[in-house]
Amino acid sequence: MLPDTSVKTLDKVVVRFSGDSGDGMQLVGNIFTNVSAGLGNEVSTFPDYPAEIRAPQGSLGGVSGFQVSVGRGVHTPGDRADVLVAMNPAALKQNVRHLKDGGVAIVDVDSMTESDLRKALFTTDDPYKELGLRAQVVEVPITSMTRATLADSGLDAKAINKCRNFFALGLICWLFDRPMDAVERFLKKKFGKKPAIFDANMKVLTAGYNYGHNIHASVSTYRVESNDATPGVYTDINGNTATAWGLIMASEKSGRPLFLGSYPITPATDILHELAKRKDLGVKAVQMEDEIAGVCSAIGASFAGNLAVTSTSGPGLALKSEAIGLAVMAELPLVVIDVQRGGPSTGLPTKTEQTDLLHALYGRNGESPLAVVAPLSPTDCFDMAFEACRIAIEHMTPVILLTDAFIANGSSAWRIPEDNEYPAIRPPYLPQERIDAGGWRPYDRNEENLVRYWALPGTEGAAHRIGGLEKDCVTGAISTDPVNHEKMVMTRREKIERIADDILAQEVIEAGVPTDTLLVGWGGTYGHLRTAAAELTAQGIPVDLAQLRYISPLPSNMGEILSRYKRVIVAELNTGMLASYLQSRFPSAHIERINKVQGQPFLVEEVAEAVKSLLKD
Amino acid sequence: MEQTTFPAQYKSDQPVRWCPGCGDHAILNSLHKAMATLGVAPHQTAVISGIGCSSRLPYYMNTYGFHTIHGRGAAVATGVKLANPELTVWQISGDGDGLAIGGNHFIHAVRRNIDINILLLNNKIYGLTKGQYSPTSARGFVSKSSPYGTVEDPFIPAELVFGARGNFFARSIDVELAVTQECLVAAGSHKGTAVTEILQNCVIYNNGIHSPITDRQYRPDRTIHLVDGEKMLFGKDKEKGIVQDGFYLKAVTLGEDGYTIDDVLVHDSHTPSNFLHQQLAMMDGTDLPLAIGVIRDVTTPTYNDALEEQIREVRAAKGFDSLRSMILAGDTWTVK
Ligand code: SF4
Repeated sequence: MLPDTSVKTLDKVVVRFSGDSGDGMQLVGNIFTNVSAGLGNEVSTFPDYPAEIRAPQGSLGGVSGFQVSVGRGVHTPGDRADVLVAMNPAALKQNVRHLKDGGVAIVDVDSMTESDLRKALFTTDDPYKELGLRAQVVEVPITSMTRATLADSGLDAKAINKCRNFFALGLICWLFDRPMDAVERFLKKKFGKKPAIFDANMKVLTAGYNYGHNIHASVSTYRVESNDATPGVYTDINGNTATAWGLIMASEKSGRPLFLGSYPITPATDILHELAKRKDLGVKAVQMEDEIAGVCSAIGASFAGNLAVTSTSGPGLALKSEAIGLAVMAELPLVVIDVQRGGPSTGLPTKTEQTDLLHALYGRNGESPLAVVAPLSPTDCFDMAFEACRIAIEHMTPVILLTDAFIANGSSAWRIPEDNEYPAIRPPYLPQERIDAGGWRPYDRNEENLVRYWALPGTEGAAHRIGGLEKDCVTGAISTDPVNHEKMVMTRREKIERIADDILAQEVIEAGVPTDTLLVGWGGTYGHLRTAAAELTAQGIPVDLAQLRYISPLPSNMGEILSRYKRVIVAELNTGMLASYLQSRFPSAHIERINKVQGQPFLVEEVAEAVKSLLKD
Repeated sequence: MEQTTFPAQYKSDQPVRWCPGCGDHAILNSLHKAMATLGVAPHQTAVISGIGCSSRLPYYMNTYGFHTIHGRGAAVATGVKLANPELTVWQISGDGDGLAIGGNHFIHAVRRNIDINILLLNNKIYGLTKGQYSPTSARGFVSKSSPYGTVEDPFIPAELVFGARGNFFARSIDVELAVTQECLVAAGSHKGTAVTEILQNCVIYNNGIHSPITDRQYRPDRTIHLVDGEKMLFGKDKEKGIVQDGFYLKAVTLGEDGYTIDDVLVHDSHTPSNFLHQQLAMMDGTDLPLAIGVIRDVTTPTYNDALEEQIREVRAAKGFDSLRSMILAGDTWTVK
């Protein structure tokens, strides 16, 4: 059953600036509001002044806040903030209750000193833990970077400190794509008569903006809410953490130790971070010297008998292509995680897209089929990471898991599964009887699913050689025989096709009333497409939805589903990759397209409008 | 100790396809013998290679073997060793595979000190692609891809190993079977990345490239076999030696210019400082004889041991027994 979820906070975002009353929070809050309004956003603000006018600096009583909601359909300043800026520990403490679970807290790490923590009545040195913060903390050295920016300005220390708020504003402007020139106009108005202060603030503002750019800062302003409240213990996770944990679950269920060979790349790096921490569960997460070494070390680990994974984003997938072909040829289990971002080339590193689909399916030399799966939501990353491992191991093949920046950073409440909720994964070990009988060859296969056996190095009597050269289908020795080559090509293809017998059938989420329109999507657009389909249906335009998680191979009922509908509309964040893939598979289907390539997720409304306009014809 | 393994146990049934007269044949034999001496069972041994003539070698071994892709052998071997530290891992590479396309992986494997044994078969040419200059070809070298001579300087493999802070470097010549075996046994016994460079003759595309040093008539004067604890002597009658001359090494003839055997240096591959090891490794067969044998062999912590140790420590400190127990120790709430 597909989870019943919906995407919230689509069109508006709530930002809360907080600091000492002398930190200028009202000023930057107002500027952000005005700039947003100038961009055509609806805005609603809530200045939250300190109760005590002359409370001591850094004390809880002296905290000043400014909350603003910007976007579409804004009627209130918002209940809770998506992003909280806290210029000191007191501000963090006072405002944490205004921050959403899973939101982002941007904290001036320079202010987290012993004395400031005491002023804010913290009793430990770990304010986040003490507050039980359920948010993503982004520690930024706001004070020291402001000072460094203005070191040569000739301003005194006090004047320099007064510019810190603009560093924070610059960072917020980067996060929400507010153009600097609009901010500049406001600054001119306010500080036009004091050119030194104007220059200093502009410099610090730009430094904050550049800092966001340099560290690839991003926040997800989306939250995928589960509408299903199964009793249990819950936690909050984002897609990258869920992916990492799904791999660990697969390791536990397969008995194969988990190995990650990786190289840092936005927006996939958090998977490496999480697994590096999980040495406490025996995970080996190795930061290699480059993307190619990441995947190659994983292939080596797979050969040696580990559950081997490499994590990356688009440019890294390109670099790994040759090695993934080796895993196809050697028929070794390998999970390749591609957290898709805007491309081509370096593209839009922090933004989301679905533009790696055809690369995942076809981006290798030669006939090089493998399995491709895509999770639907942050929490589904857990299930599909598990699935990717299961398929990789049980079918001895590389599997590409296509997540994206949207679900990777997006968070959701997640029920922690019981140990028995996931099936055992059964590695196709070479049976001892076959070793004892003698005559075993590395490409002997299970006739049903065409999977070769996994003979782990260290096993007596099973020493064998594999490699990237074509092998004889019987002896496993190097072969250039033309007929043998074609046979091996077809066998490798058929092996992938037969995975279709081992995955769930494609589900259709029905409108509840008969319809001949099917909306088709894949992966991380699920929340938006499901909400769009529901809204259309509510408006009297019933639309069924098929959201694909298994893309290679496709579920075996896919053709039958498509044949039931007169109108098949494929919506995706690229120029039509799934549509053309489906069209090539099912030439008789009449496939129409909704596409968006802006580095942004769909909006529910734009999908609904696009469907309506297609249906008009 | 009684030897329980024999060279034949390490030979596979595959016909060896190198050209007749290729230096690789002798190296393969030396490797079979060295493995038998080391006594690690074939099924506990993994041989990894990239692409090139030398990289065919795993097919000729009766061990676990993986013939991977061009240049990536060191990265694959790293994964094999980390995944199963019980295995003895050998990586076979050439000057193109290991130092050109795979240069990055090579230096980082050495830097990390992964416990693998790298055989670098240096024939100063690309054989498999039919004769292009390699990163170890001398400046001015004429080949199919450098018809007017190269205009670039070569790598000296030893210099790269020391630059990457390597702690084991040995060198041999394909035809010096006993020295090759000696080096490979030492490499196999060394904990950490062990690089053994073997000067190998490609009879087809670069025949005789090493001859000015390795030919029988020159070898005694242009090479020196370094042995731990022994004086650094060379020449047909061991009449010459290596002495320290200020900051430099110098080759002298005993009895000439007042030099006696007492002036000659004694080899010590285990001394932690790599200063002298580097100078010895950089001797090139012109003014000073090319050094063969084990030049540096110093034990330092390996990446794989440190990784296992860290995992043991963290596991003991945190005490989680499953993913679920780890998650439950974090922030959670209950829905009834
Ligand atoms: S081409 Fe050269 S290196 Fe390759 S097998 Fe023949 S002789 Fe050996």
